[in-house]
Amino acid sequence: MTKLIVDGKEIDVPADYTLLQACEAAGAEIPRFCYHERLSIAGNCRMCLVELKGSPKPVASCAWGVRDCRPGPNNEPPVVNTKSPLVKKAREGVMEFLLINHPLDCPICDQGGECDLQDQAMAYGHAKFNRYEENKRAVTDKNMGPLVNTIMTRCIHCTRCVRFAAEVAGVDEIGATGRGEDMEITTYLEHAVSSEMSGNVIDLCPVGALTSKPYKFNARPWELTKTESVDVMDAVGSAIRVDSRGAEVMRFLPRVNEEVNEEWISDKTRFVWDGLRRQRLDKPYVRKNGKLQPASWAEAFAAIADRVRATRPERMAALVGDLVSAEPIKALKDLMLALGVANLDCRQDGAKLGHGPRQGYLFNTTIAGIEHADALLLIGTNPRWEAPLVNARIRKAWLRNDLKIMRIGPRFDLTYQVQDLDNNPADLADIATGKHRAFEVLKNAKHPMLILGAGALARPDGAAILDAAAQIARNTGMIGPSGEGGWNGFNVLHTAAARVGALDLGFLPQKGGKDTIAILDAAARGDIDFVYLLGADEIDTKKLGQAFVVYQGSHGDAGAHRADVILPGSTYTEQNGTYVNIEGRVQQARRATFPPGDAREDWTILRALSDVLGKKLPYDDMGTLRLAMLKDAPHFAETDRAPAHPGVDVGIWTSIGAAGTIAKTPFEYPVKDFYLTNPIARASHVMAECSSLFVKPRLSAAAE
Amino acid sequence: MQFLRTIFMIDFLRGFWLGLKYLVRPKPTLNYPFEKGALSPRFRGEHALRRYANGEERCIACKLCEAICPAQAITIEAEPRDDGSRRTTRYDIDMTKCIYCGFCQEACPVDAIVEGPNFEFATESREELFYDKDKLLANGDRWEREIAKNLELDAPYR
Repeated sequence: MTKLIVDGKEIDVPADYTLLQACEAAGAEIPRFCYHERLSIAGNCRMCLVELKGSPKPVASCAWGVRDCRPGPNNEPPVVNTKSPLVKKAREGVMEFLLINHPLDCPICDQGGECDLQDQAMAYGHAKFNRYEENKRAVTDKNMGPLVNTIMTRCIHCTRCVRFAAEVAGVDEIGATGRGEDMEITTYLEHAVSSEMSGNVIDLCPVGALTSKPYKFNARPWELTKTESVDVMDAVGSAIRVDSRGAEVMRFLPRVNEEVNEEWISDKTRFVWDGLRRQRLDKPYVRKNGKLQPASWAEAFAAIADRVRATRPERMAALVGDLVSAEPIKALKDLMLALGVANLDCRQDGAKLGHGPRQGYLFNTTIAGIEHADALLLIGTNPRWEAPLVNARIRKAWLRNDLKIMRIGPRFDLTYQVQDLDNNPADLADIATGKHRAFEVLKNAKHPMLILGAGALARPDGAAILDAAAQIARNTGMIGPSGEGGWNGFNVLHTAAARVGALDLGFLPQKGGKDTIAILDAAARGDIDFVYLLGADEIDTKKLGQAFVVYQGSHGDAGAHRADVILPGSTYTEQNGTYVNIEGRVQQARRATFPPGDAREDWTILRALSDVLGKKLPYDDMGTLRLAMLKDAPHFAETDRAPAHPGVDVGIWTSIGAAGTIAKTPFEYPVKDFYLTNPIARASHVMAECSSLFVKPRLSAAAE
Repeated sequence: MQFLRTIFMIDFLRGFWLGLKYLVRPKPTLNYPFEKGALSPRFRGEHALRRYANGEERCIACKLCEAICPAQAITIEAEPRDDGSRRTTRYDIDMTKCIYCGFCQEACPVDAIVEGPNFEFATESREELFYDKDKLLANGDRWEREIAKNLELDAPYR
């Protein structure tokens, strides 16, 4: 600890603090443009100047460590001033220099109202004078792809975007050329930035040089209603803020959640909002004479009730999709069990997991825990596309503590160095028994971990792979003591936001029931006559055969096209809902807007349907429904907290999965196109553009 | 004192004198609508959206007028025009809500929305007072000369 006197107040801060952090700890406000907590220190904007006693000039506090401050002659603590006339004058000077070339186009700038430069010019700028008559510098705009709009004349060269791309995103595609007045931020060869996290530079940019292209000129920050929610585009459950105006969601912004997404979100999370408006199901439909006709709720329910009455429960099935919150899953499960249906499944991809203890399908290390790991085995997973924020954490750990990463799976640039083992799943058994060189690496590591992709389990031998992974975890010492200081290195990386919640609630084949693949096969054979799809679109709908299909969901996608009755539901921004992320963290998504037209909240649809079917569900409001959920899964009571490395009991790791032989068929990644993984993303024009720009060339290159 | 006033009918005579004085003065009553009173250049009448001399609309959809409007009478929607410039797709003023405070023209960075000198826009129905962008631009075209003159006269005091 180091003692300092900031503005006459003595404080004691850790020696590795910078002067800026120390001043903030003392409660002083330090303006800054280039400094950012999560990026390396550049020290080039000079806005954070403070007066340090003994220093001939004001010092840039962001780049000055407290341990570099010299004590006074009699060993008094160093004295820092942040409010002296010298500091005020220095800041005014810096601000004046920044504004010499900054255009006065705030009225047409999308950053207007939430601009650091605007705010700080008001607070720290010179009151009113302008002694520069020369023309302002003009810079040509650069192409940064379909997501980031550039007006480079506004740039103040803080280089936050450059550092973000190089450090966090791991793509060295943004850089600066020239010096002094000729300095320009540019992308490599004017290519669009090929990162799944590129949208974060919009938030980082302290001025309006980088703004959101889809959101261009659409709204002003002060007219937006802000709702704190969680994201469902992947299973990470990033904290987001939904900005809406009237009935429309205008944009998504990240919220800080150190344990999950820090303050980044992926591009899919950020830009999917135009998909919320398109292809919406806004009234019930019933198929008559082979064509879907608009109908009333009563007609749609009557059509379902007729069919349910005529069908035996063994010939009925229900599937849950990827974006559904826990409440409707619980309601559907209760309804189906009341009808006597055993063919339930939430694993649309057919992954062989979910039975047995909860640790068997969670990301036990926790996302923040990745930073402690020193050896990592990726099994059939491509975290860059399945969970970009997990990938960012792995990269962070790789940069900071020399994380050794091995992979069994197809080659893919993950933005960090990976040692590729043979893409042969059968090797997993050898690793578990110590016959493979990877065993030693994991065994010798202090905090080894493995990430098992959900795609690796969606194979006929998925249960054997799960078992082999559990054996690896057990035999290489991945399972340590539980609790805060403990360690559990066994991780499953899901791709669907609804998955963990549905598994927790036990939306799985009941006794004698069929799983997804068996349900589809049976429907194709004609053994299943009634299928209830709750937002399930990622299945092969051709296999549904002649079955009567009810689709409840928000978007007209694969499921709705095949459906015989469509019940219009809500998206994650239109209803309150509980989601459980990969770590088992229970989080709440909140309503920002109302569903369009006749669409309703999902659980209320099921509640109303249950009444028509004569199996009235025993809850009339969200509160009682959530209480009912607690009976199935008590951990739903505790929100926003991940279980701390559970499952240390070695015994349970023998009961996960099932022993069997693993085929040599190489792994394939479940996410074929990062931008088009769910119905909302597929309805979005922005996502389609990104896909054709970033993914199609990659696929065609791979085909050649 | 009161006694003397009453005796000599001072108050009565005074009032009588005042009446006689106004009898011979010129009449201030205007024969509206054929005659109209003088208006200050700062008079805040009916709104108008102005154009530049080349015919380009001034409004850049910054939404400052919408933000400052204390009666929330202004509604704006914006998106990029085909040439990439920031423009409104909708600019509505609910004249029944408007309190004619003039904050919108104070807030406008490009002198696009102004309150012109026209005060004769009474209508027969409420609906006619919900102005849209076309109506406001037409107002601007009609009153441009007067508005420009007023702005010029007021400029030295700003």
